[in-house]
Amino acid sequence: MMATGNGSTVRAERVSRHYQMGSALIRAVDDVTLDVRAGEFLALLGSSGSGKSTLLNLMAGLDRPTSGAIFAKGRNLSEMNPLELARYRSRSVGMVFQSFNLLPRMTLEENVELPLRLAEVDRGERAGRVREALERVRLENRLTHRPSELSGGEQQRAALARALVNRPTLLLADEPTGNLDSATGESVMVLLRKIQQLLGMTIVLVTHERPLAERFADRITFVADGKLVSDGVKS
Amino acid sequence: MKAGDLGELALRNLREAILRNSLTTMGIAVGVASLVAMLSLGVGLQELASKRLANSGLFDTVLVTSRRNLRDFNRPSAEKSASPQKLRSLDEDARKEMERLPNVIEVYPQIRFPTEVRYAGNPYSTVVAGVPASARGNGAYDGMQGSFFSSPGAEEAILQIEFAKDLSDQPPTLIGKELVVRYVERQPLAPLRATADPPSAGNVDRSAVTSSNDSASEGFSIVPREKKLRIVGIVETEPAAGFAGYGNGRLFIPLEVASALRAAQVNDLRDAVRTSNGKPSYANLTVRAKSPSQVEAIETSIKNMGFSTFSLLDATRNLRLFFTIFDLLLGIFGSLALTVATIGIINTLVMAILERRREIGILKALGAADRDVKQLFFVEAGVMGLLGGVFGVGIGWLIGKAVTWGTNLYLQRQNLPPAHVFSVPWWLVLSAIAFAIVVSLAAGLYPATRAARLNPVEALRYE
Repeated sequence: MMATGNGSTVRAERVSRHYQMGSALIRAVDDVTLDVRAGEFLALLGSSGSGKSTLLNLMAGLDRPTSGAIFAKGRNLSEMNPLELARYRSRSVGMVFQSFNLLPRMTLEENVELPLRLAEVDRGERAGRVREALERVRLENRLTHRPSELSGGEQQRAALARALVNRPTLLLADEPTGNLDSATGESVMVLLRKIQQLLGMTIVLVTHERPLAERFADRITFVADGKLVSDGVKS
Repeated sequence: MKAGDLGELALRNLREAILRNSLTTMGIAVGVASLVAMLSLGVGLQELASKRLANSGLFDTVLVTSRRNLRDFNRPSAEKSASPQKLRSLDEDARKEMERLPNVIEVYPQIRFPTEVRYAGNPYSTVVAGVPASARGNGAYDGMQGSFFSSPGAEEAILQIEFAKDLSDQPPTLIGKELVVRYVERQPLAPLRATADPPSAGNVDRSAVTSSNDSASEGFSIVPREKKLRIVGIVETEPAAGFAGYGNGRLFIPLEVASALRAAQVNDLRDAVRTSNGKPSYANLTVRAKSPSQVEAIETSIKNMGFSTFSLLDATRNLRLFFTIFDLLLGIFGSLALTVATIGIINTLVMAILERRREIGILKALGAADRDVKQLFFVEAGVMGLLGGVFGVGIGWLIGKAVTWGTNLYLQRQNLPPAHVFSVPWWLVLSAIAFAIVVSLAAGLYPATRAARLNPVEALRYE
């Protein structure tokens, strides 16, 4: 993916996402401006309900802002139609979730192949790409296993392989260690960092674990009540 | 998503919830089976009725007479005063012209004459009817005892069951026996004229041709004759009853043999006193149409040729109307079960959306377009429709077999010939499967649209 102006991969300009719940207006994201530079590892740090996941979803094109604009590939995501947004997610973005979100009925191989199917990659090319992605996360021997047969850490690594298989330039990780013990979480983060350095991709990590963010991210942005309260490169 | 991937994912999804999807598919199958069974019964009964009526010779035939006849049909009053000489003669030219009309199978004269049959030394009065060779194929002789005539010129006889009972208490024993038919042969008084230029086409009836000119000037004599015939079959129906008005035949012989006998018929006396254009003419002709539906057009064409016609057209119209309404009602009753099955599909797919809400969210997060999700549900509905349709047709066919078997068992106990009350034509098989797919896709429309519109963020939050 081309960086969006000035070396940005994705840029949010005065983005707000408000929800109406009964008579109350929830400002999940409120007037946020953020520039994610190409190749950087950005951590969005904040407590539960601070709006960091909503901001991540907006960057993924899964949600549309109430106001403001998010630019990626030189285009405003808000102005893309649903099909264009689907293509953007399929070809440029990889996502990792707290609860892994592997499809339980599919084997590991089939789970990792799924984004390739959706991106209409040729059948002959798929097997090699699936194997390559699983080798990166050291699960090449578990091709035929179902998610229920894997440990939490292995499941998250499989989810990471699935996110990488389409060779995205932006990886969005939403609390990837939230369901893992600290040791396993750390190993996943080490892997994430290693892959980022190897492939040169941009990573936006949403987490509430400050030590993790401080240890692995290039830049940490604090989110509270839907606003960015501080944005700074680690020393 | 490519079609192949879509199909694979849909089949995988169907396999994963195999019990529920099988039950839904069975629901469709039962619905289709009900529809197929009902319509097949309607089609079968219609075919049976049409066949029986066609066999009776009442509905696919047109009786043609000359307007010169005293006993013509439908003659407008204006024509009654027209000079007989100006009216067209029912001769061989006219017969050939009728034979060339579209959808006409054959045109033949009717031969029926009174006779005395001698069997086992006893005399029996009855009526002999000539039967064209084509009668073998029209089903009138289906289920008969013995066999049809071995050839068009065979000196053989088929007895109507009531007449056979007159001859013997055990009719089947008559087959293979011989009987003697006594009749009067008509012999022209002027041999030279009588032998000149008789009609020559196929089974054309030479004796049924009245050389009116000869007869008018020179008349004919009658000579008693006898003919030995071998009984080859006994038929329960009255295949040559027709509506010619000469009385029903009780003893059937090949039309060619009947022609060769030159037996005097009841109209000979009338024709003997009539003047004509010098060409031999027929008392009447029977025109057989390919199907009752073509009778009207044929009748109109023949009337335009200048002849009087008679058919039971209105009766066939009413028959078609009756069966159209009958089929419609059966179709509606059959469709009720399919309607229930349709609701079953909607229910299954809506349940699947609830169950697979998170999966839909994941697919969208991985790059699935709304269109992909919609198509996935559509393919699943279509596959259930296809399988349900195929199984349904199979079940419907089995129901038909069972109904036919049961009906024939009952008919057998009533000493009646077997009947095919059930017919599953190809058009019904293909239409039923196509209908099942269309209904399933229609049922899948709402769930598929709903699934496609799911908000991925909300779907991913769903536990």
